[in-house]
Amino acid sequence: MTDNNGGTLKAKHQRLILILIALVALIGAGLLAAWALRSQASYFYLPADIAAAPPAVGQAVRLGGMVQQGSLKTLKDGVTVTFIVTDKDSATVPVRFSGILPDLFVEGSGVVAEGKLGADGTFVADNLLAKHDENYVPRELKDMDQHKPDETLTGMEPVT
Amino acid sequence: MIAELGLAALWIAAALAVLQLIGGALAQRDPGGELAKLVRPAAIVQGLLAAFAFLMLLYLFAVTDLSVKLVATNSHSAKPMVFKLAGAWGNHEGSMLLWVTVMSMAGALIALVERRLPERTILATLAAQAFVGIGFYAFILLSSNPFERLPQPALEGNGLNPLLQDIGLAFHPPTLYFGYVGLSVAFSFAVGALLTRQVNPDFARVMRPWVLGAWIFLTLGITAGSYWAYYELGWGGWWFWDPVENASLMPWLAATALLHSVSVLAARDALRAWTIMLGVVAFSMSMLGTFLVRSGILTSVHAFAVDPERGTFILVLLALYIGGALLLFALRAGTVAEGERFSVTSREGALVFNNVMLSAILGIVLLGTLYPLLTEAFDVRVSVGPPYFNPVGAIFAIPMLMVMAIGPLMRWRNDRFDRIKLPVWIVFAIMAAVFLLVLVLGSYGWLPILGLAASIGLAVGSFLPLRGRNLLRVPTATWGMVIAHFGIAVALFGMASESAFSEEHLAAVDVGESTKVGPWTIVLDDVAPVAGPNWTAIEGRLSAQYDGGTAIELRPQSRNFWAPPQETTESELATRWNGQLYAVIGNQSGDGRWQLRLWWKPFVTFIWYGGVLVALGGLLALIGRLRTDLKRRFAKARSIERRSSGEAE
Repeated sequence: MTDNNGGTLKAKHQRLILILIALVALIGAGLLAAWALRSQASYFYLPADIAAAPPAVGQAVRLGGMVQQGSLKTLKDGVTVTFIVTDKDSATVPVRFSGILPDLFVEGSGVVAEGKLGADGTFVADNLLAKHDENYVPRELKDMDQHKPDETLTGMEPVT
Repeated sequence: MIAELGLAALWIAAALAVLQLIGGALAQRDPGGELAKLVRPAAIVQGLLAAFAFLMLLYLFAVTDLSVKLVATNSHSAKPMVFKLAGAWGNHEGSMLLWVTVMSMAGALIALVERRLPERTILATLAAQAFVGIGFYAFILLSSNPFERLPQPALEGNGLNPLLQDIGLAFHPPTLYFGYVGLSVAFSFAVGALLTRQVNPDFARVMRPWVLGAWIFLTLGITAGSYWAYYELGWGGWWFWDPVENASLMPWLAATALLHSVSVLAARDALRAWTIMLGVVAFSMSMLGTFLVRSGILTSVHAFAVDPERGTFILVLLALYIGGALLLFALRAGTVAEGERFSVTSREGALVFNNVMLSAILGIVLLGTLYPLLTEAFDVRVSVGPPYFNPVGAIFAIPMLMVMAIGPLMRWRNDRFDRIKLPVWIVFAIMAAVFLLVLVLGSYGWLPILGLAASIGLAVGSFLPLRGRNLLRVPTATWGMVIAHFGIAVALFGMASESAFSEEHLAAVDVGESTKVGPWTIVLDDVAPVAGPNWTAIEGRLSAQYDGGTAIELRPQSRNFWAPPQETTESELATRWNGQLYAVIGNQSGDGRWQLRLWWKPFVTFIWYGGVLVALGGLLALIGRLRTDLKRRFAKARSIERRSSGEAE
């Protein structure tokens, strides 16, 4: 029946050929996806990780940590801020961000910054994820929030 | 009392589901027996009882009965009525109850009206439906009881997450659930047909309205969810490739493939095993979506249950359903005889090609969504975003869109390329022209340019099947296809235009100062505090002029809700036919200036107009198919009548 394009073999084994084509396409998609995932996934870094083995300059990564007390500064243009992200090992990374800060972004609280490490060692963030509300915390921040009570205490009590 | 009534109704409904499963399974040997007669009534009463239980929950939320734990933790007496009601499904327990209610009502509908297939097949279908239902009943009754009482009534409720207090979102979850449940019905039919060896065009015609219905609801749900994310989150984006968004996209991709393959099965008796397989995959994707969203394995505004017990429960259900269905498919697929053949250059050939492309895109989205969970097992934390999904998805989407523009021009079974050479060259010439034009006019990314070219070509191509036909005599279902395909083109145009031509401006301005974005001039007139029923806000008053025209007032807000305490950014939009101005107000900087974030997004609204058009096309196709079915039913009834009256004479 498919005389105009394909031999008898094709007609006989049409089902098999269809399955093969579908499989080839799907496996192709799978391989392509696996390759792209390895190169395009953005890895999560803590400040200590960046100090130990920094990502390539310009590679999209996520940086998570606490915003250091007293480090938040607004630049002259009124929309660019800089602050320092730290972790419990007290490694620090300076961050620059242009935009409106998330609603619950405060010093001493957790933040995940999406962006790239600049050549000067400053992390340039395209987007900041802060704690959204008590039920919605970026998953990387979950562990950090357990340290929060201590931080609040040290902030309130005179440092000895 | 009301809560106990609801709980009792739910327990009886669960018991009836067990009866429906056992009855349906045992009656396979004796479809005319006593046991078989119980199955349909059981399904109908089960549907009514589940609906009753859900109505009781709605009532509890309407009167804010604070002795019920779910109401106390998710509602508040000061909330507007529509959000009190929406609160009933804006949480884990209530949404699970909504799911099981919609599902059992769908089962009741099948039991009530569906008589076109052999009784054995319907009984097997209802048994499969009950099997899926029992899992959900068990989940609700054993680990997430929505009617649980508090030992001491609470004084006041905790309120609903303010991000969810939005009219569009109040109807977003039910819409998606209707879609998921429609796919579960399609799955039950697939299992019923596979078990009783009835994979044929009749079965496809019975299954098709459910797939179409599910697909319409999924389309609307995704469109509404995307618009919500766009204006409510205040980030100016309309799709973030967030796992929760992907969880709704994957069932849609599978349903789209299923919709087309079930049409081939109904019209041409081809693609039998493939249709059954897609039925299993589509349902698996909606279960996986529920698991990802509801297990707390992902963190987002959608994930209510962080309780590991619940996550495990859903995972077990997921494994049981998907594993069982795949096992059944593996065992029985061999018994499905090969359908009608077709050549590569035919309508079927084009549909198969696009089915494979859709499946490939589905696989890519699935891998990208699960990859972070996978690497986490090895303690590597990654996130997968647009740099992965956009280009890799496009590799398969672009060929699919091209075939989509010309596929409907082909004839069934066997066609020659020569016959449709002219329209095909016209479509491709248009695509090439747009591509070159955009390439010359500006420097944009490859993907938006390809998207613009494909969208214009597809827009023209989608109307070509009407060429040379009497428009009054074109079947409703064909109009549905034309409009749905055109809707895809419109949405694609919006997406490509938004990513190519958007302009963003971020500024700190004093009151009275003006700033510019794209063709707009914006003046910050004033900033004032305002109050709503359960929030207070800082409101910016902007006047915006398009190209020196009359000024439009915009009032973006930064809102503070007090139950539960939370800040949200309320963006303001000025919509023109050719795009939207998007304004967000931020904090006051130290020197008294206010941060403004402004976007001019040309044709961004086409994304959602397109989504609505696609759903409208689906609706037309559904109406057309149902009308044909009804006509056929009447004709059959009349011929039986005539024959019996003829015998009497």
